[in-house]
Amino acid sequence: MKQFLEGATSIAKTVALCRPGVIAAYPITPQTHIPEELSSLIANGELKAEIVNVESEHSAASCILGASATGVRVYSSTSSQGLLLMAEVIFNIAGLRLPVVMCCVNRAVSAPINIWNDQQDIMSVRDSGAILFFAENIQEACDLHIQAFKLAEDPEVMLPVIVNIDGFVLSHGYEAVELPSQELVDKFLPPYNPIYKLDPENPLTFGALVGPEWYMETRYAIHHTMLNEVKSKIPKIAEEFTKMFGRKSYGFYEEYYLEDADTVYVTFGSLSGPIKDTIDRLREKNEKVGLLRIITYRPFPAEIGRILSKFNRVIVLEKDISLGHTGGLYSDIVTSVYNYAQNSGISKLPKISGYICGLGGRDVSLEEIEQLYTEKEIFSSKFIGINEKNLGSYI
Amino acid sequence: MFAKMILPSATGLKNKTGSWRMGKKPKFLHKNCTGCRMCYLICPEGCVSGSKKNYDANLDYCKGCGMCVEICPVKDIIMVEE
Repeated sequence: MKQFLEGATSIAKTVALCRPGVIAAYPITPQTHIPEELSSLIANGELKAEIVNVESEHSAASCILGASATGVRVYSSTSSQGLLLMAEVIFNIAGLRLPVVMCCVNRAVSAPINIWNDQQDIMSVRDSGAILFFAENIQEACDLHIQAFKLAEDPEVMLPVIVNIDGFVLSHGYEAVELPSQELVDKFLPPYNPIYKLDPENPLTFGALVGPEWYMETRYAIHHTMLNEVKSKIPKIAEEFTKMFGRKSYGFYEEYYLEDADTVYVTFGSLSGPIKDTIDRLREKNEKVGLLRIITYRPFPAEIGRILSKFNRVIVLEKDISLGHTGGLYSDIVTSVYNYAQNSGISKLPKISGYICGLGGRDVSLEEIEQLYTEKEIFSSKFIGINEKNLGSYI
Repeated sequence: MFAKMILPSATGLKNKTGSWRMGKKPKFLHKNCTGCRMCYLICPEGCVSGSKKNYDANLDYCKGCGMCVEICPVKDIIMVEE
């Protein structure tokens, strides 16, 4: 049965269906509604879990790190500055191979302080060893949470998963959402059975100091797991999810009108919605255009280079920027295409343009997206929608 | 794939870090001891142990910092050459 629900509420209700044992989160806009709803579910007796009131995001992440090490399913959520405060702990969670699942409600990073949506915050922990998912809509955000627990807790994976949803657009927006039944989720997601845990009866040492003779193997093991175990399991889990819940889950990426396309947009997150609308408009005018939507950003889907190399033009649109270089997604796309070209020997490469849009909640209109299709020049990091009046001398 | 990083507990005890001492070690005289346990409480390495009036440092791990000597209210611990 479909219900008309707010994004944060739907996510909290979905997380409750996954039966976490310990939840710790600190309020930060626009993430607050998730722990708020989880707290009331616990207070109402609908969810049997311990919620820990912490004094910061650093404590929230540390709390779920410790709880996860004792062999319990854990959950947290945060945004922006909160994620930056968690950053050190997220690297630790990945290094300790703990299957923590988190939601990052993407928001701009200070300064200047801005509570609106872009995807700059998650780029700060892009290289931490966490698996990163990006949801397009509220339904997918819920579906990815259920899959995130299954993937993270796989005994061959044991890595944190961060599900990214666009702040306000998805966290505060309302949508007709189908929440699965408890029986179905229980069938898909059995109780977490850790291969090792902190237990006074059988003491173990986690996270001991290592010297140069050990450290590289710890990084290699995470990288290898990302490229092999995680890579093979994401499509399997998505397929199992699709079969069991009767709703398509894509795994690594979604293809939209790619078969006969000349020009392809690439993006992640909720921006895919307006881009799909733009493509529908352009298709009515018989323009051959499509969209490749990245769902799993880390590990980066290896097929992207092969898929994109056959098109004439690729337009990468994203809400983050590595200041002084290009957007994060753009450099990954260029690397993938170039790597594929080197290995396969093809000589004709697509023209790849990178555009930065929607920073700090700036609106991105369909007209702006459509206009990129006609642009002749190639850019690596062109800002869309810059208001020249706001620029000039300091005052 | 995993790095073999989860270890049985207390594996660090195999490393006899007392070798880090710089030539001096504490000597517990056992003459005037009142059993106040200050040496046990202040030892940063947690290597002073004992009961009643009979405390000693475990020289396998003692770093020779001399804090037990400083804190002892009855001067019952002294630093001596190794």
